[in-house]
Amino acid sequence: MDKSTFETKPVINGPMHVSLKHDSAHKHVTGSAEYIDDIPEPIGTLHGGLGLADRAHAEILSVDLEAVKAAPGVVWVITAADIPGENDVAATGQHDEPLLATDLVQFHGQLIFAVIAETRDQARRAAKLAKIEYRDLPHFTDVDSARENGAKLVCEPMTLLRGEPETEIEKPPLRIQASMKIGGQEHFYLESHIALAIPGEDDDVTVWSSTQHPSEVQHMVAHVLGTASHAVEVKTRRMGGGFGGKETQGNQFAALAAVAAKKLKRAVKFRPDRDEDMSITGKRHDFRVDYDVAFDEEGRIHALDAVYAARCGYSADLSGPVTDRALFHADSSYFYPHVKLKSEPLKTHTVSNTAFRGFGGPQGMLGAERIIEDIAYAVGKDPLEIRKLNFYGQPGSGRTTTPYHQEVEDNVIARVVEELEASSDYQARRQAILDFNENSPVIRKGIALTPVKFGISFTMTAYNQAGALVHVYNDGSIHLNHGGTEMGQGLYTKVAQVVAEAFQVDIDRVKITATTTGKVPNTSATAASSGSDLNGMAAYDACRQIKERLVDFACRQWKVDKSEVEFLPNRLRIGSEIVPFDTFVRAAYYDRVQLSAAGFYKTPKIHWDRKAGRGHPFYYFAYGASVSEVSIDTLTGEYLVDRTDILHDVGKSLNPIIDIGQVEGAFVQGMGWLTTEELWWDAKGRLRTHAPSTYKIPLASDRPKIFNVKLAEWSENAEPTIGRSKAVGEPPFMLAFSVLEAISMAVASIADYSVCPRLDAPATPERVLMAVERLKNMS
Amino acid sequence: MNSAIRFILNGEDVTLGGFAPTETLLDYLRLKRRLTGTKEGCAEGDCGACTVLVGRLSETGLRYESVNACIRLMGSLHGTHIVTIEHLAAEDGKLHPVQQAMVDCHGSQCGFCTPGFVMSLYGLWLSNSEPSRQDIEITLQGNLCRCTGYEPILKAAEQVARERPSALFDPIERDRTEIMAKLWSIRSEADTVIVEKDGDRSIVPASLEDLAEILAAEPKATIVAGATDVGLWVTKQMRRLDPVVFINHLSELQSISIEPDGITIGAGVSYAEAQGFLEATIPALGQLIDRIGGQQVRNMGTIGGNIANGSPIGDSPPPLIALGTQLTLRSHSGRRVMPLEHYFIAYGKQDRLPGEFVEKIFVPHPTEDSHFSVYKISKRRDEDISALCGAFYLMLDGEGHVETIRIAFGGMAATPKRATHVEAALTGQPWSWGVIAAVRDLFDEDFQPLTDWRATAEYRSLTAKNLLTRFFLETAGAPTELRRFELEEA
Repeated sequence: MDKSTFETKPVINGPMHVSLKHDSAHKHVTGSAEYIDDIPEPIGTLHGGLGLADRAHAEILSVDLEAVKAAPGVVWVITAADIPGENDVAATGQHDEPLLATDLVQFHGQLIFAVIAETRDQARRAAKLAKIEYRDLPHFTDVDSARENGAKLVCEPMTLLRGEPETEIEKPPLRIQASMKIGGQEHFYLESHIALAIPGEDDDVTVWSSTQHPSEVQHMVAHVLGTASHAVEVKTRRMGGGFGGKETQGNQFAALAAVAAKKLKRAVKFRPDRDEDMSITGKRHDFRVDYDVAFDEEGRIHALDAVYAARCGYSADLSGPVTDRALFHADSSYFYPHVKLKSEPLKTHTVSNTAFRGFGGPQGMLGAERIIEDIAYAVGKDPLEIRKLNFYGQPGSGRTTTPYHQEVEDNVIARVVEELEASSDYQARRQAILDFNENSPVIRKGIALTPVKFGISFTMTAYNQAGALVHVYNDGSIHLNHGGTEMGQGLYTKVAQVVAEAFQVDIDRVKITATTTGKVPNTSATAASSGSDLNGMAAYDACRQIKERLVDFACRQWKVDKSEVEFLPNRLRIGSEIVPFDTFVRAAYYDRVQLSAAGFYKTPKIHWDRKAGRGHPFYYFAYGASVSEVSIDTLTGEYLVDRTDILHDVGKSLNPIIDIGQVEGAFVQGMGWLTTEELWWDAKGRLRTHAPSTYKIPLASDRPKIFNVKLAEWSENAEPTIGRSKAVGEPPFMLAFSVLEAISMAVASIADYSVCPRLDAPATPERVLMAVERLKNMS
Repeated sequence: MNSAIRFILNGEDVTLGGFAPTETLLDYLRLKRRLTGTKEGCAEGDCGACTVLVGRLSETGLRYESVNACIRLMGSLHGTHIVTIEHLAAEDGKLHPVQQAMVDCHGSQCGFCTPGFVMSLYGLWLSNSEPSRQDIEITLQGNLCRCTGYEPILKAAEQVARERPSALFDPIERDRTEIMAKLWSIRSEADTVIVEKDGDRSIVPASLEDLAEILAAEPKATIVAGATDVGLWVTKQMRRLDPVVFINHLSELQSISIEPDGITIGAGVSYAEAQGFLEATIPALGQLIDRIGGQQVRNMGTIGGNIANGSPIGDSPPPLIALGTQLTLRSHSGRRVMPLEHYFIAYGKQDRLPGEFVEKIFVPHPTEDSHFSVYKISKRRDEDISALCGAFYLMLDGEGHVETIRIAFGGMAATPKRATHVEAALTGQPWSWGVIAAVRDLFDEDFQPLTDWRATAEYRSLTAKNLLTRFFLETAGAPTELRRFELEEA
């Protein structure tokens, strides 16, 4: 027996609720973390190039690929006719997304063919040589032109209705009808999409895919190959960022690689260039929110009627659930006594928009914050006062029912806001800013405090399930696998903490392994902030099963009662005996105890009836609030974020430092969405902001100069989630609203705060200057 | 004549021939050497995931600079030391302090950008043991991170700055003398290098005279200094280039000198090298440099290249025109000198004859008591291309009337261009708000800007007028500009 295992440490390394570094941190900083393009290529690996349409909407009259085929290094050219199974990669089963276009082009950049060549460079060059004739059709690339031209909807819209908005909206003394335009957003994961397919015998193919949803890639590859899912294994160790952009969008690259790999019996890799990636994969939906709100002189909302129109692109993809989530969050933190909300998922001749952190929630919530702001300027108060006046109440207040008829039972928004208002010294700073603006002709300042309430669960109830596979080897080492994917958010680390905690072993005993469809089947996308809630619980369930067998074994072998078996750090107490974990495990093995288990979890309580617009779609809510202070230049519209304070609720954090990283990163990403990140299509329907030279995400020098971020340490999830933690991926994204609204206040100073500037997003320097001009002309 | 270039890659001496003139350092590292720690994020020099350090001999000794491997062409690496992420940790696996600080401060999430950040921070760590937050932000302008929000990375940079555990743990400090000797020995072979693959040639001239002769023989050659523009022709447009003549190593083009009447800047001087000189002499121009590209681009890109390529949105031409800069073009048959503004004829067309190259520029010292300002307006403050860039040079006479005014704009026309109508209307007039207000609209006579993804025509026009207002307010002593850091903090 090795004496070193007789450690009598009081606690293990890496339990739940402690700050632990990312499991791959050491590999990240040395460049040894393998992303798919870093995996040694099998001998003879071929490379794919993409043949893209250069029309936004057109019939394809002819496709001449002779020059492509004759180009140096070209091995094969794939067209729709070469696809053995279905020529379709529609994520939600609508059959509206051909892998390769045949007769009709519906967005600029749509895939028409793919080239397979000996090198990536040869494939890229060859792909440029196609001669394609088109007959142009009219194209509509944005919400307004789609509406004006009677564009179709890509899926069934949704309506949420509570109370009697149609009659009640006439009653209050004050009413505003206005609209807000909200731009989309490119994910800009640093690692572009990539897939490497390695053919096997029979129908088999293994695909390494940079995806948040290996099971979907598996099913889609099988569907395109015309084979069963059991022939396809999809693996993902890590992504270089995902943010929702790799939920469905990786399907096409994986499918093309698999088709070519099976046909050519060689490994095939597809790695689009950044420009291609940005042009041909979906983004956050742009929205136009039209609202009609009635309220009293105090600023209390009585009734709201609003429509949320979205640029969905040419196909449905996830636009249904995205626009649904916009409606689910159109209340933000506010109680609407009478409300009607309607979605309008418009078809446009642009790339099909998709999931992006917040998944429609940010757009819905931003609309609500604009309504609050509009009311505040109308009644001449600080928007924060209007917010507080309209917050959901505590149970029993009669102000707890959402537009989807779920009760808000765990409401902590008032406490979060109150604490932040005090800790950020909001009131004094606001007064100082009002004073400053009076004496500053060119530079103006603004400050705003905005709340976040975000519903946690997939609104598609079936997705709220997860599996995990845990093996304890007979040397006491542990192999962990689950359906969640690692895209930087620290999920693997958190779930490993759960396992370490469950067995009471040091975390370095737990081997984190690549997500693969071969170990845990039928998984959901790592999305909707659900990763640690679902996979943490599934892993815990697997551990529980193994522990129960181990305890039974201990009772048999040591002839003790269950209550006398205790898992201590790296050892067990069995009766009066202390046994090292690995010794104990080996003994269990010799006694033929099964040391492996598949864990499973499904979220309780939730249900949703979309047609009726009623149910309990969310297991719980995550809360937060932020205060931002900005300065703007009224001659150019440029601005700086001077300071941001955040208080965010993650329940009882599984790993506080990782959660703070999520909060800070989400805030800055949200700030980018609302400020400098602008998607711009030209008259031909071409996206012209398709690379970092033209699409500007925040830099280090854009983050708030003073940035105070805190977790609400007192918080515990009211529901029995893993360790009473809360999801953290998406909710903090919306903390960035305070930046937009602070800019808005600075602009409003031009007209002495008498007019809501109605700044659309993103508030580029141009939009800010134009808003300044508008207000100058009004005053 | 040699048919191979020589360089040092991490700890290895390399002699390399047979590569295409368009071969990038990134592809060489990843595909040929399987050094996969260096990542491709954008292949256009904007995201920094491919950042490596390149050490080269300069007047100040062996100088290590962060560069974008994705747009760095192999031919430009003759006589350099390339340092990649794989070279940092000790052989026993112990992390370099810069790496350890990134781990300790939780500076990585997805990790894809991380090697690039580590290399940029390493470059800073080598050169600055007391960086301010501003220094760190400037260093990181060319590195995008989409996960962390940057805060932990800044903390890592601050934490590690003064950490120097011993003399031998750092690979660059440890081998500096030896590396320098090797690079000197490469440089001392004064031979032209011509590397050929499939008939396409990279040419590395041995001297300025050699360059002039090569260009006389190859008037269609592509001249490459920093490759921050040409690199994109390669990675994005997949252009075939032959021959490519590399000039970044030519010491004759790298001189910068302050003379009694002005500053002479060689065409091969990088932004980074020029910055110190400019800050000392024309502060407004020196400060503009921080707004051009990221640090990696400023280390590679040259003011000469920014002029030579004739872009309407280059940031250096407007201030240089407003300052009255003279341009010297050279060929094997001699030199031509012209006012810089005359060089720009039309979009994509410059007054450069076959065989000519930009040799140097001469920037006259602004007259004492003159006012000079330059304003760059972009969607994102740093590492962005101008929506417009306006430069104003003003000299008043004893009466407070405008004696000389030169206003030049980029982003407002097909070339960098002066606002001649506005200038004419102001000349001889009192420098007063009334006059400014009256002439503002004449910008519409001078410029009919375009709408594109960077800005609309309306915004460009209005902002140009407002910049004149700003310039006026500044000459009147009113502070009007947003500053993230106060000047004294810099």
